[in-house]
Amino acid sequence: MATALVSLSLPSLPEGWAAEKDFKPIGKITKDGATQRTIEPVGPHFLAHARRARHKRTFSEDDRIQAQERAKNVEDVDEGEISEPEDPMMLQRDAKDWKNQDHYKVLGISKYRYKATEDQIKRAHRKKVLKHHPDKKAAAGRSDDDNFFKCIQKATEVLLDPVKRRQFDSVDEEADVEPPTKKQLQKGNFYKLWGSVFKAEGRFSKNHPVPQLGDDKSSKEDVENFYNFWYNFDSWRTFEYLDEDVPDDNENRDQKRHVERKNANARKKKKAEDNARLRKLLDDCSAGDERIKRFRQEANAAKNKKRLEKEAAEKKAAEDAAAKKEAEEKAAKEAEEKAKLDREAGKKAKEAAKNAVKKNKRVLRGSVKDANYFVSGDAAPATIDAVLGDVELVQGKADPDELAALAAKLNGLKLADDIKSVWTEEFKRLVATGKVKESEIKAFSS
Amino acid sequence: MSDTKTTPAPGDRTVIGVTFGNSNSSIAYTVDDKAEVIANEDGDRQIPTILSYVDGEEYYGQQAKAFLVRNSKNTVAYFRDFLGKDFKSIDPTHNHASVHPEDVDGSVSFTLTDEEGEDATPSTLSVSEISTRYLRRLVNSASEYLGKKVTSAVITIPTNFNDKQKAALIAAAAAADLEVLQLISEPVAAVVAYDARPEVEIKDKIVVVADLGGTRSDVTVVASRGGLYTILATAHDYDFAGATLDKVLIDHFAKEFAKRNQGIDPRENARSLAKLKFEAEATKRALSLSTNANFSIESLAEGIDFSSTINRLRYETIARSVFEGFNRLVESVIKKAGLDVLDVDEVILSGGTAHTPRIAANFGAIFPESTNILAPSTTPAAINPSELQARGAALQASLIQEYEAEDIDQSTHAAVTTVPHITNAIGVLSVSQSGDEVFVPVVFPETAVPARRTVIVAAPKNGGDVLIKIVEGNTHIKVTQPQPKANGDNSKAAKVEDANSDEDSDFSDDEEEEEEKREKVWKVGATLAEAAIRGVKKGGKVEISINVNADLAVTVTAREVGAKGGVRGQLNA
Repeated sequence: MATALVSLSLPSLPEGWAAEKDFKPIGKITKDGATQRTIEPVGPHFLAHARRARHKRTFSEDDRIQAQERAKNVEDVDEGEISEPEDPMMLQRDAKDWKNQDHYKVLGISKYRYKATEDQIKRAHRKKVLKHHPDKKAAAGRSDDDNFFKCIQKATEVLLDPVKRRQFDSVDEEADVEPPTKKQLQKGNFYKLWGSVFKAEGRFSKNHPVPQLGDDKSSKEDVENFYNFWYNFDSWRTFEYLDEDVPDDNENRDQKRHVERKNANARKKKKAEDNARLRKLLDDCSAGDERIKRFRQEANAAKNKKRLEKEAAEKKAAEDAAAKKEAEEKAAKEAEEKAKLDREAGKKAKEAAKNAVKKNKRVLRGSVKDANYFVSGDAAPATIDAVLGDVELVQGKADPDELAALAAKLNGLKLADDIKSVWTEEFKRLVATGKVKESEIKAFSS
Repeated sequence: MSDTKTTPAPGDRTVIGVTFGNSNSSIAYTVDDKAEVIANEDGDRQIPTILSYVDGEEYYGQQAKAFLVRNSKNTVAYFRDFLGKDFKSIDPTHNHASVHPEDVDGSVSFTLTDEEGEDATPSTLSVSEISTRYLRRLVNSASEYLGKKVTSAVITIPTNFNDKQKAALIAAAAAADLEVLQLISEPVAAVVAYDARPEVEIKDKIVVVADLGGTRSDVTVVASRGGLYTILATAHDYDFAGATLDKVLIDHFAKEFAKRNQGIDPRENARSLAKLKFEAEATKRALSLSTNANFSIESLAEGIDFSSTINRLRYETIARSVFEGFNRLVESVIKKAGLDVLDVDEVILSGGTAHTPRIAANFGAIFPESTNILAPSTTPAAINPSELQARGAALQASLIQEYEAEDIDQSTHAAVTTVPHITNAIGVLSVSQSGDEVFVPVVFPETAVPARRTVIVAAPKNGGDVLIKIVEGNTHIKVTQPQPKANGDNSKAAKVEDANSDEDSDFSDDEEEEEEKREKVWKVGATLAEAAIRGVKKGGKVEISINVNADLAVTVTAREVGAKGGVRGQLNA
């Protein structure tokens, strides 16, 4: 905020005005003298306001800190370029051997390399010139020592020409990052190590932005994108810088052409080698990339999932069918066995019943015999016949249960009267039930 | 990974400013701290916010606009205001001649055929999808122009955009691979564009931004205090805008056509109406630049060609009611802010319609002459009104591109932006030549605190001991009240006269005198503090700086310019 100038003048101090330290607080801003409003967060002055508010700085504090920061920034830039030490061996370099010199190192910007801006190069050049100008050396008593100065001039010439700089950058091995060894990879850090390799390789890309390797959490799309980009890498790298010098005498044209052809072939060969090298880098990297394995597994898992599900369903159906069949067979077998047992049991029961009937019949017959056929003395054959005929009648007509009951009643009875009364009862009952007719009874008719 | 995609590292950002308007959009970037608006492939700096699909091919901008006539069923226009809104609450008036908005589960969608082939089925696209596609085209244009992929942008929005609309816009931009660094309000972007000019000194001023667009007009009163902008009042109007002026011209020429051709009304045919609209807009633009314009359409209706001319005076006569509408709108918003036209230091005309000379002239009549009207027809140095917002956005983008997204969030948080603004001015008392006490405002009303202001006031001619009396001054809302009643009435009457007719210069002279006195209407309020500087040299000056803290405590520092020591005192809150 600029300071406003007011043309009007201040009043003179009235007579007798006095206060401690010449300041007399009288009132204060009324509380309702302020409205809460929202400032629009726009513009440079708002940024300053936000900075003050967030760091709880007052105006003067903020002014001071800002001034300090600005001052520091300038210093940092300068320091970075001066601080690179000069190798004494480099200072002894022969300027004629410029092709083998590291131009960035000569200018003291080897930490920037291909990232150095034109401005940085120019400033570095100026700084080096100030230090190594031959006239200054002459003033220091060392004449004719302009070798390193020539190196500086050559380096600047190469680096400030975009075409030549590109040619030099192409063969600037100092900027390469060596691919990690297996030993290094064993410690982990796969993404960091390979990431820096590809970051360095990315300087040759014609297309920007160059995708980064990413990390463990990169999406499948990003990873595919990365490898696609690199397998189809469009590189501007050339190897003209390593060309053999073409003789420029006009006399020997054949020799000149020969060298040119040789150079062209050498470039082509080196380019092919470089492509192969990059491909190998990629193969190595992708071989060790856990993400690719994971994605493949996931893809396989997804693909197999259906098939496995189908197979599982079929297997289950087959098992179910087999189990059902087995159960059926088992049930049939059991039923058969049961039937067999039943049959045998029936046979036995029948025999038992038969035997019981036989035995009962014997008891019946025995009872009448014991009662001497209900006569005293020798019984006449006719009587015996009649009695036995009745007994047989009963045996024939009555069912086995009735026979059993009758036999139980007769069993143990010795007196003829008792036996007879039992028999008579029996006949009465049989007549009543209608199994025997009165007329059929001979001996026991009453 | 998607995180890193949406939020590129501050160093890798390529930023632009985007004005995504309902009718037109603009993109701008900064070069050497100066904002430049980018022309797209067609060479347009105002790119119509229209998308059109022909045989699966996507067109946008001016090309798409041409398709409003021939391919209206596959052309979407005027969709920005639908973003983030329910179908219930949108106004589809302007979409009559293009694809109509539809209700899909309450949100707004458009159905059009965006694929190739005869059997292509129409697809229903949400307004977010349409916005994304349009923004993508804008970003592509900018990327092609800059030769770098544009990653981030500051986008301007109307002041009445709600949180849902903001979120919808950010989402649409994110879907177009564009990180939104910040959404800034359109009027403030316009103020920033003007304040960023290198020759401008940051002053305390009240600015009225009249953003007159194609389908809506937004007028905003902004208090600019030490480069901090506070919106005091806003008004939004959908009845008086560029489209209303187009309508006036359409009606005018349609009637003329009907008169010449047995009463055929070209407005009854949709295609004829589209042609009329297209040409009316072009004629309107031409009338802003020259006093005469052609209006000619081939085969306007029933195969009949139409050609006519119109001069500016006639245009201004038939559009008078619309122009008066703009006037009322501006007056109402000043009233809403509790201010008077005398309080306004600057009027910024922004938006395409602001090119119209009559509007600027009308505003000149409303405001006193001391008010600076920034429009191309009144100020030669004015910035193109159509480009203001995009430039402001680009400037803001360049300011914050180095910040982390989180930093920006933190800085725009309400805790930082919402601060007390003092309602009374704080100033010092000085004496005029006649010996009266005069209030010199140092900290103006509506200044956001903390604030620091410094003035240099002359000491009495003979030097000696001076008294510095720090007082509160009455707010400028009451500017006219401390004056004698008659004066206030006079000024009002003068204004009415001025607005009504072009009277002779007597009246305006009178008024000017009133305004000259404006400085004097500051009414001295409560005294805050007194201080003394002793022994000031002859012809010396005294520097007084007033510091108002966030808790309204005041620190006063006074010293003679060029001398050591001085007086310092504090008033607790």
